[in-house]
Amino acid sequence: MKGTPWWRNRRLLPLLIQAAVGLTILVVIAFLLGNLVRNLSAAGLLLSWRWLNLPAGFDVSETLLPFNAELPYWRALLAGLVNTLRVVVVGLVGATVLGTLVGTAAFSSNALLKRLARAYVELIRNVPLLLQLLFWYFVIFLSLPDGPAALRLPGLVLAKSGLYLGPSALVDGVWQGPARITLEFGALLTGLVIHSAAFIAEVVRGGVAAIPGGQWEAARSLGLTHRQTLARIVLPQALRVIVPGLNSQYISLAKNSSLAIACGYSDLYAVAETTLNQTGRAVEVVLILLGTYLTLDLAISALMNRLNRLVQIQER
Amino acid sequence: MDPRLKSPSRLARLRRDLFGTPLDGAITIALLAALGAGAQALLNWALSRADWAVIQANSTLLAVGRYPMAQQWRLWLLTGLLCSATGASWGLLRRRSWPRNDRIAAGLLLAMALVVPAALELGLDVRARWWAIAGLLLLARWAAGRWSHRLPLICQKLWPLAWPGLYVLGLGLIGGGLGLQPVRTSQWGGLLLTLIEASFAIVLCFPLGIALALGRRSELPLLRWGSTIYIEFIRGAPLITLLFLGQNILGFLLPGGLAPDRVWRAAWVLTFFAAAYVAEAVRAGLTALPRGQVEAARSLGLNSLQTVLHVVLPQALRVALPATVGQFITLLQDTTLLSLIGLLDLLGTARAIMANPDFLGRNAEVYLVLAVLFWCCCAALGLGCRALEHRLNRHSSTASR
Repeated sequence: MKGTPWWRNRRLLPLLIQAAVGLTILVVIAFLLGNLVRNLSAAGLLLSWRWLNLPAGFDVSETLLPFNAELPYWRALLAGLVNTLRVVVVGLVGATVLGTLVGTAAFSSNALLKRLARAYVELIRNVPLLLQLLFWYFVIFLSLPDGPAALRLPGLVLAKSGLYLGPSALVDGVWQGPARITLEFGALLTGLVIHSAAFIAEVVRGGVAAIPGGQWEAARSLGLTHRQTLARIVLPQALRVIVPGLNSQYISLAKNSSLAIACGYSDLYAVAETTLNQTGRAVEVVLILLGTYLTLDLAISALMNRLNRLVQIQER
Repeated sequence: MDPRLKSPSRLARLRRDLFGTPLDGAITIALLAALGAGAQALLNWALSRADWAVIQANSTLLAVGRYPMAQQWRLWLLTGLLCSATGASWGLLRRRSWPRNDRIAAGLLLAMALVVPAALELGLDVRARWWAIAGLLLLARWAAGRWSHRLPLICQKLWPLAWPGLYVLGLGLIGGGLGLQPVRTSQWGGLLLTLIEASFAIVLCFPLGIALALGRRSELPLLRWGSTIYIEFIRGAPLITLLFLGQNILGFLLPGGLAPDRVWRAAWVLTFFAAAYVAEAVRAGLTALPRGQVEAARSLGLNSLQTVLHVVLPQALRVALPATVGQFITLLQDTTLLSLIGLLDLLGTARAIMANPDFLGRNAEVYLVLAVLFWCCCAALGLGCRALEHRLNRHSSTASR
């Protein structure tokens, strides 16, 4: 290699660049960690998990697991996590159903329905989710009438005291029913479902548009109706394109559920914020938050990858 | 064409599109009834029950927050400069021609300058300023289109560089210093703060995102792994937790006094957050590039840097443009999350106003105005992106011919 200057040496140069980058990253991390340890020990907040066993001293407004203020912090965070999972799971189902309906409406034979589906997507995608959540909670759900004036739909009563599923009755001016949903949960769920459905509709529309027109024509010439063609021929094939796109939308929904605090719903983030305000344990709380959401995303990804393997073409 | 011939065909088309089958007819009627009822309810509310005084009384607060009254001339000056520069760029692009889209845009601008300040019941002097600014924009557009060809070519080529200069000047004007009275970031608010945060993050996340995307596709394992871990880590976390991290931990990570204040902390978190998403958009563009392009560039004797700058990036960025602008739109919407960590951005200011007992229960009006504002900004960005895409594709197709 005589005569080649070192900065042109194709074996040496990559090593030098990587060494420089690696060294920079190491120095930066060491600098930040050093500061962290110094500042934390000065504040008396060195990493410790013992506080998780102390009584929380605050209440979580709605929980599936029994919880009260005397239970430890980790139980509060667990209750928040269960609340997050609850809204994510129900939201995934709702957004998928609504998104598929809106996405396939773009291929309807009715021109008005087509335009409306388009308008829905354009409206929802260009307005911030947080604004939508606040709108649903403060403008729609909190202004529901109460008592006998409550909105009655078949199998559902919308009142200011909550949403009642199943056969409900007015007892002494208070609604009683087999299942009550709080306004906070209802508003968050509505906002998340309507927001995610617009994005899922775009994924579904893209998937259906990717199916060659010959498939439609062949199905119609076999005598299938428009709806049968869509449900039996086009959508099953489109799933191969749709499922990977759905994966990222599902992860978005899981992450977006952290805005629950805007509707006053006690999800993991809301509980974590209260925990931080009470204990001052910033690093531990942030680690718990990041770790939990990362795990949730990975779990959704793993499930969707299995689904993806199911819908791909099985070759002999 | 004879109008009598045309109208039945349009009617027939409508009939086929809306009432093709009995089911379609039923759907159309149901949808029309629902739309009509919804529109009537909304109109009824907007005209009789809504009270728009909350917007009229707080328009300045919503626009600039608690920016000191005596210093607001700086914001007017900045708006004037930005509008002149916009007009000049517009004129340079179109020359002397006024295509239909331009006429529509100019008409819309004039209508907005006339209607919006009047609807907000601003004082006559403030209204006059808005008219002057709109006039300035159109005048700059006309003048640049008319006379720019007389300028030396180098001036026309260098004009885009005026924008970063104007941006830095703008931040200086807003923040003060260098003889101007400083205005602390805690006094920035409303739409002003939203625009500062969004534009800062957009400007910085773009180069950062390109670097990360190149790093993720690099042949050097350390760069590849580093970029991948960073991108996946950021994409795995909700923005609110990262903003939370920025507000609560950044102070511990830096030596005392070095940590930026709350507004700039949020701006940096937004930047680092958006960079990971922009990197994924750019990476999709890089993946779409055929391998032969790099091989051809190398065989012509270009080195790695030249290959990336002159061959890879121009083509990859063109493919990545729609997805990247989509991320910018998301970023603009994500600035609303700042209100959750206690900053007074547009949404934060609005919520502070609604907590005022004078305006209690006026949620619907305020949220509706904010939604319209965001919708217009985001839709305009999307339209601009589509126009740019169209223009770039036209250029590339003439070049390849």
